Amino acid sequence: MKNFVRRPEAGAFAAFLLTYLFFLAATPGTGFVSINGTAGWLNLAAELGIVAIPVGLLMISGEFDLSIGSTVGASSMILALGTNQFGAPTWPMIGLALMAGAAIGLANGMAVVKTKLPSFIVTLATNFIVIGATMGISRLIANVTSASIFASDSAKLAFATRLGQANISILWWVLVAYIGYRILSKSTFGNWIYATGGNEDAARAAGVPVERVKIMLFVATGVCAALVGILQGVQWNSGNSTYGMGYVFQAPIVVVIGGVLLTGGYGSVIGIVLGTALFGVISSGIFYTGWNTDWIQLFLGLLLALAVLANNYVRRLALTAS
Amino acid sequence: MADTLMELRNVDKFFGSTKALKDVSMSVQPGKILCLLGDNGAGKSTLIKVLSGYHQPTNGQIVFEGQETRFSGPREARQRGIATVHQNVGSIPLMSVGRNFFLGAEPVTGRWPFRRIDTQKANAIAVEQMQKFGLTRVTNGDQLVGTMSGGERQVLAIGRAMYFGAKMLILDEPTSALGVKEASIVLKMMRIARQNGAGIVFITHNARHAMSVGDDFCVLIQGEVAARFKRNEKSREDVLNLMAGGEDMTELEDDLEQID
Repeated sequence: MKNFVRRPEAGAFAAFLLTYLFFLAATPGTGFVSINGTAGWLNLAAELGIVAIPVGLLMISGEFDLSIGSTVGASSMILALGTNQFGAPTWPMIGLALMAGAAIGLANGMAVVKTKLPSFIVTLATNFIVIGATMGISRLIANVTSASIFASDSAKLAFATRLGQANISILWWVLVAYIGYRILSKSTFGNWIYATGGNEDAARAAGVPVERVKIMLFVATGVCAALVGILQGVQWNSGNSTYGMGYVFQAPIVVVIGGVLLTGGYGSVIGIVLGTALFGVISSGIFYTGWNTDWIQLFLGLLLALAVLANNYVRRLALTAS
Repeated sequence: MADTLMELRNVDKFFGSTKALKDVSMSVQPGKILCLLGDNGAGKSTLIKVLSGYHQPTNGQIVFEGQETRFSGPREARQRGIATVHQNVGSIPLMSVGRNFFLGAEPVTGRWPFRRIDTQKANAIAVEQMQKFGLTRVTNGDQLVGTMSGGERQVLAIGRAMYFGAKMLILDEPTSALGVKEASIVLKMMRIARQNGAGIVFITHNARHAMSVGDDFCVLIQGEVAARFKRNEKSREDVLNLMAGGEDMTELEDDLEQID
């Protein structure tokens, strides 16, 4: 038990459990716990979860990425303009959208590593550059900032299938989380992520290519953000430059609620998943209570404040002799 | 001598017009502990950087394993078996003992894409190595390094360097931030490392620690070797006086310069 409390995801697990039980008690007979209700909050969590995983890994390595929002929008617009304006086949455009995500990530990574500026400000700049470029270029090409997507059936199968109320994005979330878990907790690269965020000089002295670690995580974040843009675009049959702007802060919020230290070096994928699930439960649970959904923000803000305090406490606890 | 590990011959190191090291000669023998004593500003850090490949000497030669050598950088020195353990750098508090020990050289098991760090093996070897060097309190490789004491972290860093084949250990003030008991753990470990054939350069300003493990001694004052002697050639009082004398001289010269 004592060892469990020391784990980074302990706080997120407790918060998730309490919040879930709270909404369970507050919404009797409304179907919050039914299969459809569960699918509802999982849907809300899934797409955020797909970007939260790499953002979390990046934060463990000690860097931020606030450019995810605009990357989601850019990816959906690439798919929209490609399949609509140019009548291009779907899958190559999906490939192009993912490559654009990777390129944005690469640019972020190179800029952060070369300039040694805080990634917070570098990626904030990228966020505006990318959304501005997406809107500007879309206007030039088609005089729109949103457009319909004509996806092939196979693409619809992969990105927009629904089983009852549950979106296939939940499966994508599970896949990304599993890969993230394998990388962070099991692989050599994961060890380097922790070391880079924990003590960059020591990591470098031990031969860890800290610059490469960071750049690769930025690229992974860009690719995952592009994947979310594709999922949303195909589901809603349209692309929009402003898709994903909500994620810019939601992703770091659920990552911190999931137990990742803001200073880097500590955290877990299970924690990030629980933090994201918590977000889904609150967003969907409020709806079932019949309260005004404006309260979601208040809840999230309070949870974030609590999480930051709890994380510091867990960190201190982890560093006391067992 | 054929078995000399590293030898400095008349090494000077100048930074512009500042003479950090003047005509320094010394040799590091395998299985011996060379103590470098000196006050702050005596040139110890510069000497460490020359030994570990960060700086190249302005004049003079470095002979490593019988060959005259110019290290291109710390990486080359490390690859040739010269490990530097600094007082603070080297471990990551929020990572486990096993993960710290093998950082950058993790043992893996399984096939891609299911290849993973062999945590069991890493933990077992890390704990075994630390016990070999006299650290018996740490028995669980999953323990976070942040829960260990300063002395235990030094032991981890030194044990790690030895395990990965270091022939020469440069220990930069490994005992100075530690309590008496902690320091003795590190000193004990240095004796074991010496038995295993490592050539050790022990940088310290603590004469007592130096006298308890050292074989050869070198006192640096103002970038010059002020005295050189072997174990039992001088009493502790002599060494203290020598170092204190150097200090007095430094102060005296500083005072004179201020009058000018």
